Amino acid sequence: MTTTTAAPLRLEGVSKHFGGVTAIQRFDLEVAPGEIVALVGDNGAGKSTLVKIISGLYQPSEGSIEINGEQVTFRDAADARAKGVEVVYQDLALVDLQPVYMNLFLGRELRRGPLRVLDRKEMARQTQQLVDDLDVRIPSARALLGDLSGGQRQGIAIARATHWASGLVLMDEPTAALGVAETAKVEEVILKLKQRGAAVLIVSHNLDQVFRIADRVTVLRRGTQVGTRPTAGTDKNEVIGMITGLSS
Amino acid sequence: MSTTDTDTREGTTRRLPAVDWRASVVYVGFVLTFLFFAVTQSQYFLTPTNLTNVVIQAAPIAIMAVGAVFVLSTGEIDLSIGSTVALASLGAALVLESTGNWLLGAAAGLAVGAAVGAVNGVFVTYVRLPSFLVTLASMGLVTGIARQLTDLQSVPVTDDAFVWIFGGGDLLGVPTIIWWTVVVTIVGAHLLRQRRFGAHVLAVGNNTPAARVSGVRVDRVRMWVFVLSGMTAAMAALLYSGRLQGARYTLGESDLLSVLAAVIVGGTALTGGKGSMVGALIGSLLISMINNGLILAGLNVSQQMIVRGIIILLAVSLSLRGKKQG
Repeated sequence: MTTTTAAPLRLEGVSKHFGGVTAIQRFDLEVAPGEIVALVGDNGAGKSTLVKIISGLYQPSEGSIEINGEQVTFRDAADARAKGVEVVYQDLALVDLQPVYMNLFLGRELRRGPLRVLDRKEMARQTQQLVDDLDVRIPSARALLGDLSGGQRQGIAIARATHWASGLVLMDEPTAALGVAETAKVEEVILKLKQRGAAVLIVSHNLDQVFRIADRVTVLRRGTQVGTRPTAGTDKNEVIGMITGLSS
Repeated sequence: MSTTDTDTREGTTRRLPAVDWRASVVYVGFVLTFLFFAVTQSQYFLTPTNLTNVVIQAAPIAIMAVGAVFVLSTGEIDLSIGSTVALASLGAALVLESTGNWLLGAAAGLAVGAAVGAVNGVFVTYVRLPSFLVTLASMGLVTGIARQLTDLQSVPVTDDAFVWIFGGGDLLGVPTIIWWTVVVTIVGAHLLRQRRFGAHVLAVGNNTPAARVSGVRVDRVRMWVFVLSGMTAAMAALLYSGRLQGARYTLGESDLLSVLAAVIVGGTALTGGKGSMVGALIGSLLISMINNGLILAGLNVSQQMIVRGIIILLAVSLSLRGKKQG
């Protein structure tokens, strides 16, 4: 938990009010390179509000967001993306009828020549290299996305986020729609991201998963940050207690 | 690791035959229809003059089909193209008549098409109405304007340059109308397959929210496909008025069904996300060949309409079968 000057993500005193309602109350968090931090909390605790703030969909009422040491204000999701925050959604923001490589580059296609035509070959090559690096096992970068399994597709969504993120990869319940085996595959991919030095903030309902992959866990209850613990120094009972507020 | 590999390979092969079969409907249909008319109407159908006619009559359909491929690939529909043909042809002919400049005439026609497309686009994109309703309304509106504009009168097109360029001319032994068709189809295929715009069109048609969060400017894409559709309708209008040497409010009035049939049979998904320019071109030739063969077979206009309706219904059902699962 050493403080580096240029953390990929640093939130300080982030609050969000909707009219008179406080959705998030002074939230602080820092995510280091190569670190996976899990964000947990009950329904309505403010997790999705926080995700929307970090991904640029909401603007915080107070507090500051720093990406790689630079203080940022996101006007919208595109702005957050441009500043290096990539989001993996649980409902797979992918296009089934296009090849894998077009999904990876959707909205940021590579082009070549004076005519600026799509450089399909180069996109396919970079995609193949990336999925090989991350060990996302798919038949080919040129395969149709719709022909892949749910786990493979989420793998592609994560690969896409990794490829473009320069600050933080934000994952909103990335395995909520997947089966056991596919979840295991996706967790492997997430751990690969960590090895590559990515900073990952993952929202998860699955505490087993949190303890399997996260380095630290931070708990929200009714908009208030109850605490942050290294996963090695806590256990499920303590975290459940923090989520529900029932025991110490 | 090996189990993953077999799994994916099974997944791929399971889907492949269905995809191939649907995509090839138009080619199989084309060959079968050709053989059918070649055998039953051999003395007329296979003559070079008649085959050239088939191609020339397919030309306006094929050009409108290019615009329609973009619209359908985005998951929208444009029912106003037939009426746009009428208004654009009258606009071109009137400007041509008053200026005597073929270029201004053509530009006026294209501007009319772009304007109709832009109006459609604004209502679909910013007022957020379904394109079916918007273009159904604009179809009526545009037809009304076309009828009102010259009080149902035809406008003759006598400019030699205009007639040569858009209708009767010959370049290297090939009618100019066919050159236009080839050029527009190639430009369309280039836009769809090789440019960012085409990739975004297909993405919006397949999964609009995914396209939006990926940074695709969805509204701008939608706006442009309607403008393109209006402009290809206007291009068809120029070819009609050049070939027939006149503009009239009835031009294009029966083309909507032909264009949609050509595009859908050609493998473009009515639900968006998938489009084929070559398929649409072959589809246009197929529709034109059916129209031609039915005339040769001696059917009267009412009978032609009945048979054509049935054939189109069958062809479209075949090419759409199983699409939901895909």
